[in-house]
Amino acid sequence: MANIKTSKKSTRIDMTAMCDVAFLLLSFFIMTATAKVPEPKPVDTPASTVKAKLPERNLLTITIGDSAVYLGMSDRETRIAALEAMSLKYNIAFTPKEIKDFSLLESFGVPLDQLKSLLALENGKRNKPGIQEGIPYKGDISENELSDWVFYASEAVILEQQGRGVEKLKEIEVAIKGGSKEKYPVVKRVFDILQKQNVNNFYLVTSLRSEDF
Amino acid sequence: MAELNTGGGGGKGGKVRSKKSNPGVDLTAMVDLAFLLITFFILTTTLSKPQSMDLSLPDTDKPNPNDVPPEAPAWRTLTVVLGKNDKLVYYIGLTDAPYVDAEINGKPKLENYGGKGIRKAILAHNKYVLEHVDDPNKEGLTVLIKASKSANYKNVVDILDEMAIIKPRSYSIVDVTPGDIKMLEDKKIK
Repeated sequence: MANIKTSKKSTRIDMTAMCDVAFLLLSFFIMTATAKVPEPKPVDTPASTVKAKLPERNLLTITIGDSAVYLGMSDRETRIAALEAMSLKYNIAFTPKEIKDFSLLESFGVPLDQLKSLLALENGKRNKPGIQEGIPYKGDISENELSDWVFYASEAVILEQQGRGVEKLKEIEVAIKGGSKEKYPVVKRVFDILQKQNVNNFYLVTSLRSEDF
Repeated sequence: MAELNTGGGGGKGGKVRSKKSNPGVDLTAMVDLAFLLITFFILTTTLSKPQSMDLSLPDTDKPNPNDVPPEAPAWRTLTVVLGKNDKLVYYIGLTDAPYVDAEINGKPKLENYGGKGIRKAILAHNKYVLEHVDDPNKEGLTVLIKASKSANYKNVVDILDEMAIIKPRSYSIVDVTPGDIKMLEDKKIK
C-alpha cells in the first residue's frame, strides 16, 4: 500500500518563484534597453573583423552619408555648451527653449542658420529624408562649420570635466560612421578637418563581418 | 502545488472532493514565454552596440626639424594603391623603381581584396621580411596605404581590416602620387 501512495506523488514543480524572477529580469531588461534613435541619415557601415567597442561618454559621432556630414554628441551638457559657443561665433541667438530642444537632439545635420527652423519642427518630422542636408564642411579646412563644431565640442568636454574637478582630463573621442559606398575624397576631407583640430585618433564604426573574408 | 484542478474528478463522491480543489495555475508556459523575452532583450541590448576599429593618423603639426624620419629600406616597404571597381595595385619598393631581385619581384600587380587576394601577398612578404631582417623585434614590414579618388570608404576599411589581421610592423595612410595614379591607369582601374 505504501508503495502505491508514493508513486502517486505529482512530478510538477512550483513555478511561482521562477516566474517571479523571470518577469523581474524581463522588466529590468525592457527598462534598460534604449530605443533605437532615428537618425537623419541611416548609413550602411562597412564590415570588419575588429570588434572594439565604442565608448559611451564624451563621444562625437560624425556620420558621412551621400557626401553629407551629420553630427551627434553623446552628452547633453556638451550639446548645450557647443551650441552656445557656436551661436556666439556665428552671431545667431537661440532662445532657452531652442537650446533645450537641441540638447535633446541625438544627431543633426543642418547648417547653423537653418538650425532654428529644424528645432521648430516636430520631433517626428525632423528625420524625414530631405529635411537635413548636412553640415557644411567645404571651404577653408579650419574655417568651416564642421571644424567649429568639432572644436567647440572638444572644448566643452574639457570644460565640463574641469568644472567637475576631474584630475585627469580626457579628450573627446571621435567616431566616424561612413557609408560603404562613400567616395574616399569625402572621407579624407573629414579626416583632414579632424587632424587640423588635433584629433588624430578616432574610431571607425563598422559592422560585424559575417561572410568569409 | 502549481496545478489547475479542472473540477469534477470522476463523479464518485463529487460533493466532498470538489471543495478540496487546488487554486494553483500551471505556470510552465508563462515561464517559457518570460525567458524567451528575456533572451531576446539581452541579445538586442548587447548586440546592437556598434563595433568599431581604431585609426591613428600622424600628427600634422609642423614636424620638429631635429626629427629624422624613420628610414626603411625599399625591400621592406610594400605599397597598396586602392583603385576603382574594388581592385588594387601593390608593389614593393619605390614608386618609380619597384624593388626587384632574385627572390622578390616587386613589380606592380593587380589584386583583389580579401583572404584570397591581397592578404596572401602581404602575408608572404611579411614572412619574407621577418626572416631576412637582423632583429625581427625591431624591424619589419612597412605597409603604405594610398587610396585614390576612385576608391570608396569600404575599400579603406577593408584594407585597414587586413592590417588588423596581418599585423605588419607598421602601416600608414598616405596621399597618392602621380606615379601611383599612372600605375592604376596601366592596370585600367584608375
